[in-house]
Amino acid sequence: MLIQTRDLVKVYQMGAAQVRALDGVSITISQGEMVSVIGASGSGKTTLMNLLGCLDQPDSGSYVLAGEDVSRMNRDQLAHVRNKRIGFVFQSFNLLPRISARENVELPLQYAGRKDTHRAAAAALEAVGLADRMHHEPAQLSGGQRQRVAVARALVNDPDILLADEPTGNLDSRTGEEILALFEDLNRQGRTIIIVTHDAGVAARCARAIRMKDGRVIDGPAKG
Amino acid sequence: MLFVTIVKSALKSLWSNKLRSFLAMLGIIIGVGAVIAMLAIGTGTQQDVLSRIQTMGTNRLSVRPGQGHTPGGVRGDDVQTLTVEDAEALLAIQGVNTVAPMAQGSAQLKYQNNNSRSRVVGTAVTYLSSNNFQVEHGRFFTDSEADRNARVVVLGSEAAGTLELTRFDIGKPVKINGLNFEFIGMLKAKGGDSFFSADDMAIVPYTTAMNILFGMDYLSGIEIQAKDSNKMKQVEEAIAAELRKRHKITNPDEDDFEVRNQADIIETMSGVTKTFTYLLGGIAAISLLVGGIGIMNIMLVTVTERTREIGIRKAIGARDRDILQQFLLESLIMSALGGLIGMAAGIGAAVAIGRFSQDFNPVVTAQSVLLAIGFSAGVGIFFGFYPAWRAAQLNPIECLYYE
Repeated sequence: MLIQTRDLVKVYQMGAAQVRALDGVSITISQGEMVSVIGASGSGKTTLMNLLGCLDQPDSGSYVLAGEDVSRMNRDQLAHVRNKRIGFVFQSFNLLPRISARENVELPLQYAGRKDTHRAAAAALEAVGLADRMHHEPAQLSGGQRQRVAVARALVNDPDILLADEPTGNLDSRTGEEILALFEDLNRQGRTIIIVTHDAGVAARCARAIRMKDGRVIDGPAKG
Repeated sequence: MLFVTIVKSALKSLWSNKLRSFLAMLGIIIGVGAVIAMLAIGTGTQQDVLSRIQTMGTNRLSVRPGQGHTPGGVRGDDVQTLTVEDAEALLAIQGVNTVAPMAQGSAQLKYQNNNSRSRVVGTAVTYLSSNNFQVEHGRFFTDSEADRNARVVVLGSEAAGTLELTRFDIGKPVKINGLNFEFIGMLKAKGGDSFFSADDMAIVPYTTAMNILFGMDYLSGIEIQAKDSNKMKQVEEAIAAELRKRHKITNPDEDDFEVRNQADIIETMSGVTKTFTYLLGGIAAISLLVGGIGIMNIMLVTVTERTREIGIRKAIGARDRDILQQFLLESLIMSALGGLIGMAAGIGAAVAIGRFSQDFNPVVTAQSVLLAIGFSAGVGIFFGFYPAWRAAQLNPIECLYYE
């Protein structure tokens, strides 16, 4: 089992009121799956994504990622897990402006302490079909190209999971389709992919959908 | 992350905000420049004063007439309490090497068509050695010339220059206040000071000065050279005691003379100039501090502006300390670069002041440069740390969704 969570709870303080963004979430995801997390806005899917991505810690419950309990880790250890095991793809691309596509893709390698960052980054860009745009800055690229750079950046450290948050949300349908095709391709090569979305069309492309409502999983917590 | 990579990315980000980075640096540039220039002026003044005093000899005591200890007391050349007999009596004191009676005033020197208003010092032969003067051309007058009011004059190099007298003119007549004197020698220049030039003067026998030139029967001072510069205090007290006895003074507060010790003067003056140096340096250091606050301000703005970047970096694996390093390095580069430019500006200003000002000879010391650079680097780290720490502590989620 690649991902196993048990009774994840996350409570936010909104002024005087407490909001239980996650209210006992237990899911499992296996190596090589392509899973969507779907739900309306406020259902807790973004909070779940933050926890699965090790960007945040649960208030209670456990999260075992590739055999390690990450829910008890400190900030530095979490950063290490994010760097090695998780590749993020965001709705708004989140590339650093003013540096080239290749330099963006090099960043995770640099934080991993790797030295041959030029070559590895170039190879990752080639794999997403952007070998000829390597030296362009994000502003000089189209939305679809930017998202491809983001995918290359997410994959460059060979992570266990590709975690995508509304990856097609800022793209037109044709380029969105291209990105989804790229994801399917990567999944066929054995990559575990989790896509957080509110778009049923996107969720339909995944083998399984984990449905969220009011901080709880209402469907598809485990395979089969 | 490799250090080279962090430096490169810090430089890139500073370069992408050129004007802002420069303005933040400007505070440090001005601060470091000011510290170096001010310390250079202070040190230069200190060295000037000390060397001026030292050219006069360190084992010297001088007796001046007047009530030196009473504030507002009468002092100066008009007070007529010291006599030639006083001077002769001091020679008998143990520890006194030479005694030179001084009868001085200002007089008109004239040679052919050249005039000069200079200090005329009437003194004894011993004055030459006790003041570290050397005769460059010709000769000094002799004791026997002093005994018989001889009209001979030895000129300082500057006075000789004004009168256009050279070593080939030795033996020619020079007029002092209209009276003919024989020009017998020239002193070697002591050089370099504008406040009281030792080179712009004429020396005549004290007898001649008293009896012929100025018509005075008192001395304007007595210059004493002690045998041992370590025993100045004892000699000073013995002189005061002897003069009190001769002047029938019982209470030291009523002294009609003042004994001054060269070492005291050096000590006082170096104390004053040191304080002066610290004061100047301190004021300049405040501007360095203000520069540091400027850097902190800019870094806080930068951190806020780049919140999203911080979030992205954290999401892809940057640890807190990676973010801390990155921002700390940016402020460090700004203050170090500012420090270097400031150093160049400070040294440049010191050199310019030295060249264009008559009154200052700034001396840039390695110490002051190291101090200023070290201080500016310290300012960079100190004031850069808080913004960098704040950046490092930011929550990645809040950063990622920061608009």
